[in-house]
Amino acid sequence: MQEKSRLYIVVILILFTGIGLILYKHFALGFPLIPDDKKFVWTIEAKIDFEAQGDPVILSFALPPKEPNLTFMEEDFASPDYGFSEQTIPNGRRAQWSKRVATGPQTTYYRLSLYENDWIGNTPPSDQPETPKKPEFDKVFKTAAITLLDQVRAKSANSEIFARELIQTLNSTDPSQNQRLLLNDHANADYKTNLIVNLLAFEGISARVARGLYLEDGRRRQSLTNFVEVHDGDQWLLFDQDTGNSDMPENFIMWQRGGQSLLDVVGGTNSRVSFSIIRNVQSTRNLVVRSSMDSQAGLIDFSIYSLPIEQQNAFKMILLLPIGALIVVIMRLIIGIRTSGTFMPILIALALIQTTLITGIIMFLIVVSTGLLIRSYLSRLNLLFVARISAVIIVVITIMASISIISNKFGFSQAMTVTFFPMIILAWTIERMSVLWEEDGPKEVLIQGAGSLLTAIIAYLFMTNRIVEYMTFNFPELMLVNLAFILILGQYTGYRLSELYRFHALERRNVINKR
Amino acid sequence: MLLTSAKKLRSFGIIGMNQRNFGLVSKYNPRHLYPLVDDKLKTKFLAQKANISVPNLLGTLNFQHDVKKLKEMLSPHKQFVIKPVTGSGGKGILVITSHDHHYYYKPSGDALQLPEIERHVSNILSGLHSLGGKPDTVMIESLIQLDPVFSDYSYEGIPDLRIIVLKGYPIMAMLRLTTHASDGKANLHQGAVGVGIDIGNGAALHAVQFGEPVSCHPDTRKEFSELTIPHWEKLLPLAAACYEMTGLGYLGVDIVLDRDQGPMIIELNARPGLAIQVANCTGLMTRVKAVEALKHIETDPQLRCNFSIENFSTLLSLRPPRTQRTRSTD
Repeated sequence: MQEKSRLYIVVILILFTGIGLILYKHFALGFPLIPDDKKFVWTIEAKIDFEAQGDPVILSFALPPKEPNLTFMEEDFASPDYGFSEQTIPNGRRAQWSKRVATGPQTTYYRLSLYENDWIGNTPPSDQPETPKKPEFDKVFKTAAITLLDQVRAKSANSEIFARELIQTLNSTDPSQNQRLLLNDHANADYKTNLIVNLLAFEGISARVARGLYLEDGRRRQSLTNFVEVHDGDQWLLFDQDTGNSDMPENFIMWQRGGQSLLDVVGGTNSRVSFSIIRNVQSTRNLVVRSSMDSQAGLIDFSIYSLPIEQQNAFKMILLLPIGALIVVIMRLIIGIRTSGTFMPILIALALIQTTLITGIIMFLIVVSTGLLIRSYLSRLNLLFVARISAVIIVVITIMASISIISNKFGFSQAMTVTFFPMIILAWTIERMSVLWEEDGPKEVLIQGAGSLLTAIIAYLFMTNRIVEYMTFNFPELMLVNLAFILILGQYTGYRLSELYRFHALERRNVINKR
Repeated sequence: MLLTSAKKLRSFGIIGMNQRNFGLVSKYNPRHLYPLVDDKLKTKFLAQKANISVPNLLGTLNFQHDVKKLKEMLSPHKQFVIKPVTGSGGKGILVITSHDHHYYYKPSGDALQLPEIERHVSNILSGLHSLGGKPDTVMIESLIQLDPVFSDYSYEGIPDLRIIVLKGYPIMAMLRLTTHASDGKANLHQGAVGVGIDIGNGAALHAVQFGEPVSCHPDTRKEFSELTIPHWEKLLPLAAACYEMTGLGYLGVDIVLDRDQGPMIIELNARPGLAIQVANCTGLMTRVKAVEALKHIETDPQLRCNFSIENFSTLLSLRPPRTQRTRSTD
């Protein structure tokens, strides 16, 4: 009894460790429990074109700041043989390409992939503004500006409201003469932004240009959208320069702040920047693993994910084995199915995963039955045991090769995957089956063969289940839970399902006896 | 009904495979004692030391090159049995009832030539029948002569008696009769008839073939109701003594009756199967409980047998004999 309670304590410990680790990974590291959890990954490509004049070229391009609510996965810089450096400046980063001599049309690329993480909270930039310098306006312009500002000031209580009111007034559908003069009909977006910044500066309010990109799938040749960022004394507020709206826009990435240009080209003309945007769907799991590795979370850093991809794929298979083992335990201990070789069904199931189910079963049956035929001939040759098994292995390989070649000629490429079957195991199976045939008759061969195949198919169905596959690989701790179950099943002393059939004659007898 | 309920089986005291492995085999049989019964040569020597009769050993073969000596070894003997030393469940047993130095005849009358026997021997040596394919040894034994009691109840083979011995107390017995379907082998899986034997007096109780009740031998049509094993009172202590001999608490003792030499032990089994319950139409559980409840294990096999006869007999109990009624209602 004491041993039993000790076992249960161990089981409970294992179970709790397993479940605990799973919950930790789910809640603390953000691993999703089901494979369907997807996130959008945006890939933004900035293409910079210009004409080089045959002189030294220096290209300086603003890069988006790293905000805490965005995770940058990859940044690539591509150029035709340019020197490259990344520089950090106040308010952001810039990329700089340079070349001694370049002529003709030139193109460089900057590619960024990012996704929005679950970081909660606002992310206003924390830098302090410089005191605004009063801009120099010409007389007419100045008069118009003062009139407009007076008008706006009369309606506002603080600088936030002032800025919003100013933008709304400038954008009003029926502008006054002053506004029209200030806005200058032919002006572009940049002009308007500068105007607003200057007007605010005139009023003594710090403001700056902010440029960002709306993220929309499949867009090409996009350009940045201008915003005005206003400092209200405590923090920076972002204003849409066309509506005065100060909410942070959705699906938007801030690219550049401050008055610096987006792109500076020295030694080139006709420069232009265009952005294209692609949205990819990626599983959250991939993103989490990647970011956890970057941040060196201990549990992830010392785990299967730190292995090279090739080994990871091998482990993907290996981690499925315990599921197969659990199925075998259930089939043998609870159901009572007889299989030839205890764990042969798992190996068959692994082979089935490679060959797909139907092809795999057909191939298995063909190889084993042909093998049995040939083995029965070999048994007449009076060979020593080890030599006979080796002969069977060669026969199995020959059968596999012929199946592959024949099916290839007929154009079924699937059948070629037969090579995934573990050949030595198959040879052993054939040998054991044929001995079984001689000693216990074909019925026993059928029972055990069918039992093995059935167990293998059930194991296969579980092992190829997307959720099972996902869980075993991403939560290897699940093995502990599995282990706990197997330990419990090891204690099962009840009847097997097959015994209910085996002893059914007894029931009839006993009923008669009681009468 | 094809399936019965677990509750009913439990009420009959039927022991399932998991229960057997967990509650009997691993509880009473220390692993290190297994070789004593898995290796038939060891069993034989142990039995001889304990003055328990066993079939005569005619010779052994250990290596592949010994196969050449086979003809020479076999020639002086008219009849013999070739067995793997570590085979289980009657696997790899070849019985030769007569030979004329050219052809060797199996009980079925099939003739074999020497090369075929040599191949059989070399298969055994390579470990075909042994557990885990380990290299094996071949033993050649004298053939058991069929006791006339069984002549009407067996077909081309020797019936054997399986007695389950728990902590030295015989608790259940079954006679396994060879049939045409079983190819002369006393193996229930292959169609031998299992006859439940009363522990009290050796009389037949029930019989099953392929798990279904039968009342007479399928080949000889002889009714089992007239079958009683002779010398039962001598046979039982023989089985009980195997407990001291091996130290295994849960043991299947296989006994044959030789016409000339009487009861002999041919094999011991540390993991005896559960078909005996079907043949007896009784579960093992109540009897296991009764033995487990004993505070003191008698050291004399005879005393233990007396306990078994008193407690585990169906026919000698106070109730009217159950079997008679059963047979009439069948």
